[in-house]
Amino acid sequence: MRDDLAVFRDVGRVHALAEAIARLDPGRPVRLMHVCGTHENALCQFGLRDLLPAWLGLVAGPGCPVCVCPASDLDLAARLAMDPRVVLATFGDVVRVPARTSLAAVRARGADVRIVYGASDAVALARALPAREVVFFAVGFETTACTTAAALQADPPANFSVLCSHRLVPPALDALLGLPGVAPEGFLLPGHVITVTGLSAYRDLASRRPIAMAVGGFEPVDLLLALKDLVEQVADGRPRVGNDYPRAVRDGGNPAAIAAIAQVFEARDAAWRGIGTIPASGLGLRAAFAGRDAAARFGLVPDPEVPDTTPGCRCGDVLLGRLEPEACPLFGSGCTPDVPVGPCMVAFEGTCAARYRHRRL
Amino acid sequence: MSRDGDSEVITLGHGSGGRLTNDLIRQVFLPHLSNPSLDVLGDAAWLPRVEGRLAMTTDGFVVSPREFPGGDIGCLAIYGTVNDLAVGGAVPLALSAAFVLEEGLSIAELRRVAASMGAAALRCDVEVVTGDTKVVERGHGDGLYIVTAGVGRLRSEPPTGPSTVCLGDEVVVSGPVGDHGAIIAALRNGLDPGALTSDCGPVLPLVDALYGAGIRPRFLRDPTRGGLATVLAEFAKEAGVTVELREADVPVRDEVRAVCDLLGLDPLFLACEGRVVAVVPGGQGDAAVAAFAVLPEGRGAAVAGRIVPREAGPVALATRYGGRRLYDTPTSEPLPRIC
Repeated sequence: MRDDLAVFRDVGRVHALAEAIARLDPGRPVRLMHVCGTHENALCQFGLRDLLPAWLGLVAGPGCPVCVCPASDLDLAARLAMDPRVVLATFGDVVRVPARTSLAAVRARGADVRIVYGASDAVALARALPAREVVFFAVGFETTACTTAAALQADPPANFSVLCSHRLVPPALDALLGLPGVAPEGFLLPGHVITVTGLSAYRDLASRRPIAMAVGGFEPVDLLLALKDLVEQVADGRPRVGNDYPRAVRDGGNPAAIAAIAQVFEARDAAWRGIGTIPASGLGLRAAFAGRDAAARFGLVPDPEVPDTTPGCRCGDVLLGRLEPEACPLFGSGCTPDVPVGPCMVAFEGTCAARYRHRRL
Repeated sequence: MSRDGDSEVITLGHGSGGRLTNDLIRQVFLPHLSNPSLDVLGDAAWLPRVEGRLAMTTDGFVVSPREFPGGDIGCLAIYGTVNDLAVGGAVPLALSAAFVLEEGLSIAELRRVAASMGAAALRCDVEVVTGDTKVVERGHGDGLYIVTAGVGRLRSEPPTGPSTVCLGDEVVVSGPVGDHGAIIAALRNGLDPGALTSDCGPVLPLVDALYGAGIRPRFLRDPTRGGLATVLAEFAKEAGVTVELREADVPVRDEVRAVCDLLGLDPLFLACEGRVVAVVPGGQGDAAVAAFAVLPEGRGAAVAGRIVPREAGPVALATRYGGRRLYDTPTSEPLPRIC
């Protein structure tokens, strides 16, 4: 496994690709966008932005699943967690995201919040704690949605339910392309998501809104191959949907995962934090699984009084690539990684948190 | 002692101060920790007369799981305390240990922990001269907590401190980083740790070797909680410089990288329990590595970086691809990422 990966971490190949990209200089700035937290993490981890030419900008779009999770859903999760019957299980990076409160804050006040690596861990928790109600707070894109679906299909114990906040990538890209002054010249597409979904939705999007697109993996060579593909598409003016992660991504995706999502969920209009409602961009449980809906089970409805963002927080604009983090009035003064106001300041690879670390002192 | 099914367990009676407490001390702790000071079971131990200044440290141990490949909470408590003295520039003289036991704890496990502490103390040539046990009701503790204190004699030339750091000083680590943190993370998340073991062990021989080679460090730390990046970030902020680490020169085992890749963790933030990081004057890095590397505890030592003028972050990792990744002190415990 690690020997296979070594090919994609080869320093010589990485430098050759970086030089090849630099030679494609179109003589003007080119702005690309990725929409994946793991891409941002990999870019930071390997320090790849430092290898890109100055004319090539790569911004983070609305691809951090915890950043786009609306405050009203986080608030529901916190209220569920405060119910003494409930064990709330969720992903680690959700815990500190601020809304009216955070899961970390309610945990400190006695709520039973557990960090899991996926829906199946939460089901195992439900089996191990038959006297408790285990609620899986399901966030993330198609990558995690298919695992939630699989867990629900596998007849989990009756004390397992789901607070569903899954989101879909293609409707967000579609909406983003319709916003003036926002659209990049190309999208670096998320390799994990598309391993699940396949390419058809993106081909459909490209046919309606021509824009350079390339699927990228997560090793340095994968990322630079996809960026080179995107720059070539921009340079020759012929956008297409390139697959630069063929060892994982098949055209048709993962049929079993697609079927699971389709059986368990239906697309619904959904809110994206700081951005607003995007048509058919979220997943809700189908009627056959309505009994697993945690909000219904515990009689909770979203509180309309919960503000989506704190006054002054511009995370929504940052998520759209419309605002540099440093231009946000809260950046570095009212909002820091230690005391985050907006979601982009929470995760290590959150756009604002990364910029804060790299700020000049 | 009381029986619960087939196994002896701690009861509230063991904390009463009466016969059960006495039995526990004599049958579980003394066989492994015996020494003239402890054996009299007095309220305070008398220490020998010492020339020079004293150093003192205290530490609490709450690790879960309590037993792991390469160690347990018992040896961790001894090494952790001795190591804090060692990197503080002191040679350990005596330790204390207080045990907070949860009702229901297996006495067989407690015996193993006591044996492990005894072996670790022997290895460090230090004695636990006084101790205490308390028992809390079931549900009021996580099995076993150990709180220690340690007293040591300060060296005549302790580390000179962050204020004496110069540009070009070198950063030396005594071995691969993140082993302990990786194994704990693997065990907590149900991963098979394979051949990986904790690096839990004493750093005193390493510090002695450094001084033995005629090197007086500017700064010494054992990168425990928060790992190498956190320790160096704290140091760099205090010194007003940036520590530049070269990714290719920071020793990390493949198994540790694999655990980190799977769990979304960063090896530079993972705890070590038997390593030391030293900032030494420029030009003395290779000599420090040579001094470390002759010891079994110093296998894999390396010059991992150097001190550069203050830049955006307190710690900058020069990646093997020529990019830079900046580190700061972490905000909270490492949380696994989603996707």
